[in-house]
Amino acid sequence: MIAYLIRRILYAIPILIGVNLLTFALFFVVNTPDDMARMQLGVKRVTPEAIEKWKQQRGYDKPLLINSTATGTNTFTDTIFWQKSASMFVFDFGYSDDGRSIGREIATRMGPSLAIALPTFLVGLLVYVSFALLMTLFRATALDIVGVALCVVLMSISGLFYIIGGQFLISKLWHLVPISGYAGGADSFKFVVLPILVGIIGGIGSSSRWYRTIFLEEIGKDYVRTARAKGLSELRVLFTHVLKNAMIPILTGVVVVIPLLFMGSLLTESFFGIPGLGSYTIDAINAQDFSVVRAMVFLGSVLYIVGLILTDVSYTVVDPRVRLQ
Amino acid sequence: MFILLDSRLRGNDGTECFMNFIPVILWSDALVFLLIAACIIATLYVRKREHLLLPWRRVAQSSMAMVSLLVLSLFLLVGLLDTLHFRVALPQSNNGEKVYSPEVLSVFDKVVEPLRTHTEKTYSAPFALTLYAKESMTNAQGNIVREYPRLRFGGVHLADEAARDGDVVKRAAVGGALGVIVGMLFLGISSFPRKRENKAGGRSFEERPSSGVIKNALLNGWIPAFAGMTALKEHRAIVIALLVITTLIGAIANLSTAYHVLGTDKVGADVLYLSLKSIRTGLIIGTVTTLVTLPLALFLGVAAGYFRGWVDDVIQYVYTVLSSIPSVLLIAAAVLMMQVTIDTHPEWFETSAARADMRLVALCLILGLTSWTGLCRLLRGETLKLREMEYIQAAQSFGVSSMRILTRHIMPNVMHIILIALVMDFSGLVLAEAVLSYVGVGVDPSMISFGTMINGARLEMGREPMVWWALAAAFSFMLVLVLAANLFADAVRDAFDPRLNRSH
Repeated sequence: MIAYLIRRILYAIPILIGVNLLTFALFFVVNTPDDMARMQLGVKRVTPEAIEKWKQQRGYDKPLLINSTATGTNTFTDTIFWQKSASMFVFDFGYSDDGRSIGREIATRMGPSLAIALPTFLVGLLVYVSFALLMTLFRATALDIVGVALCVVLMSISGLFYIIGGQFLISKLWHLVPISGYAGGADSFKFVVLPILVGIIGGIGSSSRWYRTIFLEEIGKDYVRTARAKGLSELRVLFTHVLKNAMIPILTGVVVVIPLLFMGSLLTESFFGIPGLGSYTIDAINAQDFSVVRAMVFLGSVLYIVGLILTDVSYTVVDPRVRLQ
Repeated sequence: MFILLDSRLRGNDGTECFMNFIPVILWSDALVFLLIAACIIATLYVRKREHLLLPWRRVAQSSMAMVSLLVLSLFLLVGLLDTLHFRVALPQSNNGEKVYSPEVLSVFDKVVEPLRTHTEKTYSAPFALTLYAKESMTNAQGNIVREYPRLRFGGVHLADEAARDGDVVKRAAVGGALGVIVGMLFLGISSFPRKRENKAGGRSFEERPSSGVIKNALLNGWIPAFAGMTALKEHRAIVIALLVITTLIGAIANLSTAYHVLGTDKVGADVLYLSLKSIRTGLIIGTVTTLVTLPLALFLGVAAGYFRGWVDDVIQYVYTVLSSIPSVLLIAAAVLMMQVTIDTHPEWFETSAARADMRLVALCLILGLTSWTGLCRLLRGETLKLREMEYIQAAQSFGVSSMRILTRHIMPNVMHIILIALVMDFSGLVLAEAVLSYVGVGVDPSMISFGTMINGARLEMGREPMVWWALAAAFSFMLVLVLAANLFADAVRDAFDPRLNRSH
């Protein structure tokens, strides 16, 4: 198990190098720092001096890959690639355009992001699985058909609608919670409850339908027939046999997103004014703050790879047949 | 970045023809035409092959799928009409050289000309006669009063404001009745060829249809009412759906000549017009993206699965790297960079429509480049399975080249996966467009799309009374489009997926 994990982590390194090279190519080769400076300073009527100043302030005035003017290891380290891209491997994200440390921002903004994302994830999973089990229990009846039809309609509605509709109905019409904003401590409850609710409802359609398909696939298998032949009640078959065996396909999709919860949700956070990583990313996109976007891309892929490893580990927990070696 | 067909439109003697417009083919138009050509070729190919036709027959048997297809084809029709672009010649000329308006219009714009040109000053509610906001006006006595000004186009034929409700009902009824008649006629015409096919199709292998059958079919077919009745028995759902749709279209079309059925937006543009124009953007995002996804996923996935070894390693590495970046962030990063490129090269684009269009195409390209990995993985897995099959091994031992095995034996057997993936992806892409446009990495802000509509209307929710119509229109149009696409995709998946049990 330990050896397996070490191998997986080693295998992640070339992938992260790939991600790093890709973002480097995207941000510095497709468009040169000159282009970005021109864009930021206004396309027309921009002097070369202003561009140079912009680049110098942000440390973009170095050569891309090889610095021929420097000596020794500085040939490679005193370059944009080394200082802006490779440094992310030690989670040194540098500074955003407004001069703040990106690393510190990430650390402080993770909390609010998690406050929304974690409950949404946990309660959501519970709701989706229960709804799917309910449809499975009443399969091929009117309840099931209505449930599936509801799922299809729910998943055809844009995510933006849930957010805007939720804000309108609950905050504006019924005045139950504030429309947006955030506060720390106990006060946070009234701010997070609506985003969580909206997040859960937004996912019901596709998730419940997907889980229902998984359960139905399991229910056609021989062990279920055996369990029924033993005289077990349908509920017992569903909860102790089908649910357990359906864990593997469910975990495949679920565990991988757990680390990504730290990143928060772009849409929810920006609509509800939650000062988390999602709104940080959106603000950076709108302000065209490339260093923040680059840092988020790298952080996102690190978390995704952690999620993949966690998925493998979780298999051993739910399925004793799986041995990692 | 235009392909101008200017020279062809002149007469032989060099003088101008009657045409006072110039067709314009934007990049996205060209890609749409390419897609249509591909679809026609695929249809012709499938038509002759019974085994490929079989799953489509199963799709056709599902009335849900056919109703969705009907709705989708309406959307497609609007989208296609909106794809035929042109520029109108301006009245003044520059030394005998015609000058064309910088505004790029489409055939659809011409069809709904009143909708496009009847713009008000600012917001007005659906069916409203007055603007949303009060203005200072001079009344008959010469005093300045704060009043809701009447609209320039919405309901101007009404002298008395109280007569509006009756007028709306009357117009809706007249339009609806016309719609029913058109729908009936359409049913009559369309049931004629089908009747003949039904009678002839069953025995085409044994005998030619006798002249009696044809005569009979002709007789039946030319009596629309009768044919409509038989059609009603056979395909109740689709007939009802068709009639409902034509009635709705008739009523709305008749109403929209006199009112703003869905109100107007901030700059006074008709929301119905905006919603209809958004369809093309959504459809292009949903379909053109597949032009990028498909070749990448197909070639790389099949190659990885078939050749294994280092080819597999390299391809797997590439798609693991791509898929490990959260897709929204990757798209955002790529779109930001694309924006920089477009903004720093304004000289590439002749009109603002061309620039917005280039952004749309680039967005499709980026969506395609970031979303092929899932399909690629599926295809790789399936190819790994297929290459161990006896018939592939037989082909290998006969010395058939790898290229030929791939194209003749493997690719046809993964086509169902591709088809299912493509139709399933479509609705997701339409929804993604709205979200991306909201985030600021979607289509050009000047391009009419569901995303830009929602984005523009979102901030007006706080007004009192609320401006809800633009949001409601965008969300409803999107819901209908995506729901139809989802239902159709489900039917296609059920028909093509060999793993599904056909008994239920």
